[in-house]
Amino acid sequence: MAILEVNNIEKHFGRTKVLKDVSFSLEEGHALAIIGSSGSGKTTLLRCLNFLEKPNQGNIIVKGEAVFNAGEKELNDRELRDRRLHFGMVFQQFNLFPQYTALENVTLAEKLLAQEQVGFKANKKEILDQIDDHGMELLDMMGLKDRASHYPHQLSGGQQQRVAIARALALKPDILCFDEPTSALDPELTGEVLKVIRGLAEQKTTMIIVTHEMAFARDVADEIIFMDGGYIVEQGPAKQVIDNPQEERTRQFLSRYSEG
Amino acid sequence: MFVSVTLQLLGGLWTTFQIFILTLIFALPLGLIVALGSTSKFKLLKMIIQIIVWIIRGTPLMLQLIIIFYGPGLWLGHNIWSGNEAGRIAATVVAFTINYACYFSVIFRGGIEGVPVGQREAGLVLGMTKTQIFFKVTLLQMIKRVVPPMSNEIITLVKDTSLARIIAAYELTFTGFSFMKSAGITWPLFYTGVFYLAFVGILTLIFNYIEKKLDYFR
Repeated sequence: MAILEVNNIEKHFGRTKVLKDVSFSLEEGHALAIIGSSGSGKTTLLRCLNFLEKPNQGNIIVKGEAVFNAGEKELNDRELRDRRLHFGMVFQQFNLFPQYTALENVTLAEKLLAQEQVGFKANKKEILDQIDDHGMELLDMMGLKDRASHYPHQLSGGQQQRVAIARALALKPDILCFDEPTSALDPELTGEVLKVIRGLAEQKTTMIIVTHEMAFARDVADEIIFMDGGYIVEQGPAKQVIDNPQEERTRQFLSRYSEG
Repeated sequence: MFVSVTLQLLGGLWTTFQIFILTLIFALPLGLIVALGSTSKFKLLKMIIQIIVWIIRGTPLMLQLIIIFYGPGLWLGHNIWSGNEAGRIAATVVAFTINYACYFSVIFRGGIEGVPVGQREAGLVLGMTKTQIFFKVTLLQMIKRVVPPMSNEIITLVKDTSLARIIAAYELTFTGFSFMKSAGITWPLFYTGVFYLAFVGILTLIFNYIEKKLDYFR
């Protein structure tokens, strides 16, 4: 069974329809890349999955549980949060918290959640140490163990984005979303971030990656969705969509990339 | 003579200091509340606050002080401020708090709006509540942004306390001036200036310290 099912999502801002009847599903352990030109609705789709935007139509099902249904009543903050935690999000602009060190950025949310658990007070030190250890493991996985006590402004863009990936992984989301993770980076720094994402794919992390890196999408993703004008124009196995697109619009889009 | 002038000026300084510190204590939180109101989704609330801020910033503080001190006595037939020094200080603090809360609110609003939306969104996707996001993520970034304009406003407050003289509160400037009237000597006026300079000097050191403390992040 698919870990994620998105059915007939529509989203409009005022009178502008940004997403039109978007449906797809994702298998556990698969990586899905979403490609398409700016304004095609890719980012809005990711934001809908993370409850940063509320779709006007459709439903979203994670592990058989409906986490969003356009018709249902407003969720309270706690319900919304529980559902949101199925997803992790890595932003284009990193959005690290500037007043916290790399390690603190990774552990903050986990510590805040732990405070709500029963028995937190009794084992406070133990629990917090455990969270710090977990945070260090994640930073180590990102190759940033020696940067744990650095503040974001002391890190390069690539390092900041890797901290942001560790932060998103800290809460063990079912599905990790990337919104153009390398678009704000200098070209020589994109490699280190793509390498980390590639590593996650090899470990069978379930991921959705909005990207402009076509070669990367072809190599790392299992499936690719091509979006245009708010519609999914084409979806299929990654290599097939890139090497042998079925739709004329996909061909046009990809040819612009191969020329560039 | 010098000793007695010094002692009396210290008395005036004490009144000045009370007006200053009480205004800060009340106007800072009130300013934050007004700022949150002026960034609210409720259009009506936003409009009401905008009108109040316009009136308060658009009229002289001295005029507001006169209205607040004399108004109740003339409208209600009895003075709600007791005629003694404490009553005058209380009226001054009320007028100053309203006035300064409006100025502070504009600075706070700039601070709130200056924190990128991405910070809030990052908190949300990490499952933080709105309260946690405010206290753990945005508040400190906001404080860092408002310290320089706030230091300006607070230093102005020190000197604005001299307006309390219009309702005969015996603050620092009034005290220094009284020597000129009674004894015809002018040097206490300059001496009074030294008191203000020292006061503002200490505040400047405090603000520099805070700015330095918050310098560890960008």
